[in-house]
Amino acid sequence: MFTPIQRVNDFVVRFANVNGSGSASANTLFGKAIMRMGVPVAPRNIFPSNIQGLPTWYEVRVSGAGHLGARGGTDLMVAMNPQTWDQDVKGITPGGYLFYDSTKPMPPSKFRDDVTVVGVPLTEMCNREYKDARQRQLFKNIIYVGALSALLDMDAAKIQELLAEQFKGRDKLIAANVHALHMGRDWVLANLDCPIGLRLEASDGVGDRISIEGNAAAGLGAVYGGATVCAWYPITPSTSLAEAFTRYCGRYRTDPETGAKRYAIVQAEDELASIGMVIGAAWNGARAFTATSGPGISLMQEFLGLAYFAEIPAVIFDVQRGGPSTGMPTRTQQSDVLLCAYASHGDTKHVLLFPEDPHECFVFGALSFDLADRLQTPIFVMLDLDIGMNDRLCAPFAWDDTRQMDRGKVMTAEELEAGKDFGRYLDVDGDGIPYRTYPGTHPKRGAFFTRGTTRDRYARYSEEGVHYVDNMERLVTKFETAKHIVPHPIRQDAARPTTFGVIYYGSTSPAMSEAVGLLEEQGVAVDLLRVRAFPFHDDVNEFVAAHERVFVVEQNRDAQLRALLVNECEIDPKKLVRVLHYDGSPITARCIADAIVDVVSPQPVTPVRETVS
Amino acid sequence: MTFLPKPRLHHPSLPTNGLGFTRRDYEGAISTLCAGCGHDSISAAIVRACFEMDLPPHRIAKLSGIGCSSKTPTYFLGASHGFNSVHGRMPSVLTGANLANRELIYLGVSGDGDSASIGLGQFAHAMRRGVNMVYIVENNGVYGLTKGQFSATADRGAKSKRGVVNSDEAIDMVGMALQLGATFIGRSFSGDKAQLVPLIEAALAHQGAAFIDCISPCVAFNNHDGSTKSFDYVREHNEAVNQLDFITGRDEITVEYAPGTVEMVRQHNGSVLALRKLSDEYDVHDRVAAMTYLQQRHALGEIVTGLLYVDPEPRDLHAHLGTTATPLNALDEAALCPGSKALDKLNSSLR
Repeated sequence: MFTPIQRVNDFVVRFANVNGSGSASANTLFGKAIMRMGVPVAPRNIFPSNIQGLPTWYEVRVSGAGHLGARGGTDLMVAMNPQTWDQDVKGITPGGYLFYDSTKPMPPSKFRDDVTVVGVPLTEMCNREYKDARQRQLFKNIIYVGALSALLDMDAAKIQELLAEQFKGRDKLIAANVHALHMGRDWVLANLDCPIGLRLEASDGVGDRISIEGNAAAGLGAVYGGATVCAWYPITPSTSLAEAFTRYCGRYRTDPETGAKRYAIVQAEDELASIGMVIGAAWNGARAFTATSGPGISLMQEFLGLAYFAEIPAVIFDVQRGGPSTGMPTRTQQSDVLLCAYASHGDTKHVLLFPEDPHECFVFGALSFDLADRLQTPIFVMLDLDIGMNDRLCAPFAWDDTRQMDRGKVMTAEELEAGKDFGRYLDVDGDGIPYRTYPGTHPKRGAFFTRGTTRDRYARYSEEGVHYVDNMERLVTKFETAKHIVPHPIRQDAARPTTFGVIYYGSTSPAMSEAVGLLEEQGVAVDLLRVRAFPFHDDVNEFVAAHERVFVVEQNRDAQLRALLVNECEIDPKKLVRVLHYDGSPITARCIADAIVDVVSPQPVTPVRETVS
Repeated sequence: MTFLPKPRLHHPSLPTNGLGFTRRDYEGAISTLCAGCGHDSISAAIVRACFEMDLPPHRIAKLSGIGCSSKTPTYFLGASHGFNSVHGRMPSVLTGANLANRELIYLGVSGDGDSASIGLGQFAHAMRRGVNMVYIVENNGVYGLTKGQFSATADRGAKSKRGVVNSDEAIDMVGMALQLGATFIGRSFSGDKAQLVPLIEAALAHQGAAFIDCISPCVAFNNHDGSTKSFDYVREHNEAVNQLDFITGRDEITVEYAPGTVEMVRQHNGSVLALRKLSDEYDVHDRVAAMTYLQQRHALGEIVTGLLYVDPEPRDLHAHLGTTATPLNALDEAALCPGSKALDKLNSSLR
């Protein structure tokens, strides 16, 4: 005998489907309906590098407490893919639940005796109701959502509301979907004990938060940030960023009468052409960006060095995935930190931004263009698959209508006419940032040659060492200036003083927040510092100095941010303890907490035999 | 003597153009290329073309890749912004610049190393997209700056200075441009200013992708016996299919043409190309016939030069994309930022 798990608003549902079967829409509906009940949900897609026919999973973490990181383990398995049945059943937490299509009988060996089995004859119901194969396929998914709504005590009205919104204006479709929904729901209500031990209760845990994927938020940020040129090449998981930008531009940047576009989007022939177009556009005074992933960044190295050395703005959204090489195209990882920080041959250093969620993707997305123009250099916005391609609950977007674009130091025709001294690589204010001119500004003044070769302060070609060193030193000064204008780290101290600190960044944040609670339960207190940009603010040094040991949590094998901290802040590596998770799945609070407890208060080892003296 | 700066003074009676500029206003720094280099003649032709067309120098953007030919933008149009980018990638940089400001005139200067090897892809895609530019390849069949290796336009059987014979088939960039949809295609020779200058003028006036393959002998590495890109060889095998006079909108047509020998091609901006046919067979409006003719002539060892193809009503990338008339780099917050109200509405839809 086993005890079935009993929990309200606190469990993980995992759907196993065949990709291309129309399940994505139904599963999204499921997640959104819970959100509409006011219960925080964190849905995640686990999809193969394929189009149709391979297994795909959709994991919905329900957390009344508001934990949005992956938890690990599955409490309710919705097993709709015979291919992965065995591993799906294996992954259910003891005491959990297995939902399946009971039309075809299965041998007892296919089940577990510590799991509650819930069977609904979905295929039989579909075949009875629908004659068309495609309808059978699509409505089966809605039927199981209906069934689940009864099993988990969901508010069916919310689901209907969503269907009405999804198929607005197409009343026949709404009716058909609502019908399918109730088929499943009614059958369960009539034939099974429900709700099961896992239940939903309406709450006010969502508040005014929105749900959106990070890529779409970043694309929106680019629109608000004034980007006019986007050149990109499709690559998983960044494609939906450029597509979102395209969509939003269609909505917000198109003249309703003439159709004239206040933007230009080019799907380039490769990543080299993409970054080349971005640099050309920015050189000519437009705000420009590209979106890519690790392999694309590898291809762009030469151009990135040109932009660094010739000091041309550029915004690059890197939606990171499992590397190296083709790696794991559909899995998440914080894989490109060092690659981006030091992109290109020679001595380079680049600005990185680390958004933690879609809200920051929007904010940093817009901000990146101001930074690019102000610093006259490439800015990398480091997303990853987990943030980019999953819908995440986050604070709603806000915008100050009085905000103006910071175009940086651009010398105008008037200033040139008035005889103001112009040297493209001349530091006039001591911040390491010179003035630039846009092509076409003044008939006789302000023109200069842009090139990747060395030059003097007036952009005149030079092979003299003294000019080169002067230029390189000024770039260091500029990077110092960047330190003060990029987003600061956010510090969160424990309730009581502690000698342990944790540095983390990007998509590890929800797991980290949850880990704090787990650590508290085990009597471990940690101070947190969430790094949001490189170069590192002085706060980072201060934080490390104030603690005995600092854990650095990240999702890559070689502890890349840790390496950057050691190299850039000259921190003793012995002080920085790696907490790594990099198998392509998102890190969990349990993983972080266990790693920290292992170091902070390791469990004593009980000897098996006592030695006899 | 390239270490001497060019004197700023000029003769007071130097002729001025319609904008009041002299030719000097279109020049750049003194060339550091080898004495007698074909590229310098092309630079001179560019200077003359821009001067004669009354183009405001600062409204021209000159971009290049890496190589001897890519160095040349420093030697002309000193009042224009220049961008010497990376090897083989000038087309993408120029495309981006063009997208940012559709009102400037874009001149892309490249070489056969830059455009037919590493840059082959970017050349092809710029032509496909119809980027409004003048793309000049200064073609000498070698990598000059790295001391004389064969480039991809070197003919099969051509002999290098050291006696190495090229065994690879040559890339014909004109043939490729025809295939890829370029709307203005010409081939010329650095030694033939009478042919080259009008060709450049017409290309500058053309509102689409204009490609000129200009054979430009490398005096250091490819001007010897056995070269198919030497001054001697080109002069001996040059078959011009037509002769071009470029007439701007404001010029009177002063030359009398015998009826039937000249075709007047009117371009969209009012400029006119007076095309005197030298070959009865050649039709500048028939892309497919042009391809066939060029292949046939090449097989006979001829270098076909002149205006090879023109579409008088071209469409460029901006037309394809439907971008607004105001240059993108001139749009302000009001035009670009949707504002807080739109954002609130979006937020509502995401709950």
